[in-house]
Amino acid sequence: MQDLVKEKPFKPLVVSFCCNWCSYAGADLAGSSRLEYPAEVKIIRIPCSCRVDPLFVLRAFQRGADGVIINGCHPGDCHYSTGNYYTRRRMAMLFSMLDFIGIEKERTRLEWVSAAEGARFASVMNEFVGELREMGENKRLGDIRCKE
Amino acid sequence: MQRVEGEIKQKAHELLKSGVVSSVLAWKKGDLVYDAAPAFFKSPNALEDMVYNGFCCSNLSKYLIEKDSENEKVLVFLKPCDTYSLNQLLSNHRVIKDKIYAVGIGCDGKIDIEKLRAKGVKGILEIEEDGESLKIQTLYGDETCVRRDILLEKCLNCKGKDHMVYDELIGSELSEETALGDKFSQVDELEKMSSDDRFEFWRCELSKCIRCNACRNVCPSCTCRKCVFDNPHSGVNAKVNVTDFEENMFHIIRAFHVAGRCSDCGECTRVCPQGIPLQLLNRKFIKDINNFYGDFQAGETVESRSPLFDYNFEDIEPNVISKGRGIN
Ligand code: SF4
Ligand code: SF4
Repeated sequence: MQDLVKEKPFKPLVVSFCCNWCSYAGADLAGSSRLEYPAEVKIIRIPCSCRVDPLFVLRAFQRGADGVIINGCHPGDCHYSTGNYYTRRRMAMLFSMLDFIGIEKERTRLEWVSAAEGARFASVMNEFVGELREMGENKRLGDIRCKE
Repeated sequence: MQRVEGEIKQKAHELLKSGVVSSVLAWKKGDLVYDAAPAFFKSPNALEDMVYNGFCCSNLSKYLIEKDSENEKVLVFLKPCDTYSLNQLLSNHRVIKDKIYAVGIGCDGKIDIEKLRAKGVKGILEIEEDGESLKIQTLYGDETCVRRDILLEKCLNCKGKDHMVYDELIGSELSEETALGDKFSQVDELEKMSSDDRFEFWRCELSKCIRCNACRNVCPSCTCRKCVFDNPHSGVNAKVNVTDFEENMFHIIRAFHVAGRCSDCGECTRVCPQGIPLQLLNRKFIKDINNFYGDFQAGETVESRSPLFDYNFEDIEPNVISKGRGIN
């Protein structure tokens, strides 16, 4: 009986916004190089990291994400020249505000991953998911109506 | 104060009569002395009801949007802080300067009726403003009050008594400094708390919200024609918040949407019927912007560009803020 009710390990749900021109290709490279990263990471392809509206991040948390990570091209390498500079300012403001209202700041992240950095993509995801596993479920910014 | 009221009435009369403007945007006497509300006056006769006193706290600049589609010129009276909002509206192309005749008026701080009530002053009949003190006639006898004790929160954090944009000034000699100390002190205090305590603090505050949308409607920086909070598919349209997520979401989005454009006018906090310190959220953005991207005051000039519509190659990385580490 004891064995049957053994607790399942916590599997965080991670939403990873990936820019089409760099991190998405980086994720692809990680896959084709047979590098391992957690299956909990759900990738959403976006045309540019700048496309991420703060509402998207909140929505992801609402629908049960335990962490949200935005991946874009390294500063200076944006396909549209300057998109990621705006992302950088916007997300700095958003993350700081989420922290201010008491959402754990470790749940949000912005990383620069280029198309050639498959290994970096895998290691960033491993690290991020690892931290979230320790932190446990996102209870503060979820919506009870979206719980199964 | 009475003299300034006379002067601005006269100005309004003059401009309406000569046809320079076709309406006047000012404050109208309410049923009670402390009920001065924004109103448009169309004829010189209507001006009788116009007032200017310590209760004329509303920022009139946002009401200019209403007249923007009409082909007429409006005379508007603006206190120093209201002119920041007008600049903001001008730089957001929500109003056209040619259609506005802006008269800057002096201000020595506006009175918070709630603070008066909290002092136990009830049944107010008449208030006489006499420099540093107020003589209040009530149903239960006369009272006096020190003006500084009952000023609005926003006046205690005043940005200064200079008008940023105006066609003409009236009664600027009335102006008197009302700001007290550091406007970020409350933000600092919250920042020092643990994340759990902060969460508790905001849950207590935000759960009071009845979603009247007054904070959105009054904000002179929040002026989109179509608003996400009116969209029935957004899940956060104008209705009572269903879950605590919606409460958080509404407030984060409201505050974020005006980040970099909020002139710190304090109207949101003033109008909230639930007494939620909304401006704290906006101040947090202002503080971050000042810290990360250099001091910025929205609405100082029409040309000033919101820091969020701008960038620098060496900007701080968000991870440095949240995790205290660099990109690698
Ligand atoms: S004014 Fe106050 S109660 Fe009304 S929606 Fe804003 S925060 Fe909520
Ligand atoms: S958010 Fe509040 S303080 Fe800022 S401009 Fe709008 S009403 Fe004024």
